[in-house]
Amino acid sequence: MPHAKIPRKSTNIDMTAMCDVAFLLLTFFMLATKFKPEEPVVVKTPSSISSIPLPDKDIMLLTVDSKGRIFFAIDNKLKRKALIEDIDAARQLKLSEAEKNSFALGASVGVPLAQIKQYLSATPEQQKAMDLATPGIPVDTVIHVPSNELDSWIESARNTNPQLRICIKADGDASYPNVSKIIKTLEAGKIFKFNLITNLKSVPPGTAAFIEANAPKEGK
Amino acid sequence: MAELDTSSGGGHKKGPGVKKAKKLSTRIDLTPMVDLGFLLITFFMFTTTLAKPKTMEINMPYKDPLMKDEDKNKIKNSVALTILLSKNHRIYYYEGIGDDPNKQPEYKVTGFKQKDGIRDEIIAKKKMVDDLKRQGALTAKDEATVLIKPDTTSTYGDLVNILDEMTINGVKVYAIIDISTIEQDNIKATEAANGGR
Repeated sequence: MPHAKIPRKSTNIDMTAMCDVAFLLLTFFMLATKFKPEEPVVVKTPSSISSIPLPDKDIMLLTVDSKGRIFFAIDNKLKRKALIEDIDAARQLKLSEAEKNSFALGASVGVPLAQIKQYLSATPEQQKAMDLATPGIPVDTVIHVPSNELDSWIESARNTNPQLRICIKADGDASYPNVSKIIKTLEAGKIFKFNLITNLKSVPPGTAAFIEANAPKEGK
Repeated sequence: MAELDTSSGGGHKKGPGVKKAKKLSTRIDLTPMVDLGFLLITFFMFTTTLAKPKTMEINMPYKDPLMKDEDKNKIKNSVALTILLSKNHRIYYYEGIGDDPNKQPEYKVTGFKQKDGIRDEIIAKKKMVDDLKRQGALTAKDEATVLIKPDTTSTYGDLVNILDEMTINGVKVYAIIDISTIEQDNIKATEAANGGR
């Protein structure tokens, strides 16, 4: 008895469309990825169980390396421009327009104000070399004095953007007195709430935080 | 059909004198290219989400040079545990706030360890406060309080670790306070007593 022949279909699939989609997605992710701004120094942050993510905008970042040198940065190009103009006016640094733009586009700065003009007019390679040699932003145990430049920076930054959240990113090996000076400066500026940037580590089992995290949710 | 076919159409005509080259297949297998594409997508997807740093919120006590002494909070000796951070990640601790000038508390030494470290002491302190509350010696408002006093020889990592212990153990009341010279002397004395370690 003749039975109906099932036509043999090719098992080859046209991959072109799939390839297109793959590369479209790839392009999207590549463009959407924001590369983290180059850090002037390598900082190994300590770990904590805190899982609050760092806010995306309005952050002031105080980087402290293992030697206790302080670097200062805020986000947003426009705010940076406003900040350098504010500092320039307050300290009479006589910065040129190009130097101000260099600050607006740059990353963290860690040079004393006396050297900032020289720093901003230098090439990126020279800036890198200066970052290695710099003593960091000067900070003092006495607060409202010109020698406590960190205080001036923080004050100017808060003038330009009052919503700034202050984040301290310090190396685990930085000695406590160095960090303490920053905290004291912040306290003098009536800032009692700030964030410490840490790496995430898992909650040790059997502790109060572990029980809380794994407790069945009440209600619904 | 997992290939890109470029053979059909579009080829420009060759002149009469040109020899016909042997026709090779112009179909390319696209599978490895797709594989590579998705591999890169996965990589970028993971790196975008994982690179986000975490932060730890910290509230310092309100401080004002004009604040009067009577407005300041007093901590009961029985709820307090004082932790002193010292060099080489070593921790000294004692019960109470150590404000009695005539009788200095006994300093004990420990470290950040999984077992028999500072965590056990904090848990023990919390349990002790709970017991005292049950017995009626303390009111319900009282909480175990940890005073953190980092010495000048301690590191920022120690501070973050001890703050983390507070979250881990659910200590709600804690404060970072400057170390006093008496305490620094006591640490030195304890070090000497322990054989200069």
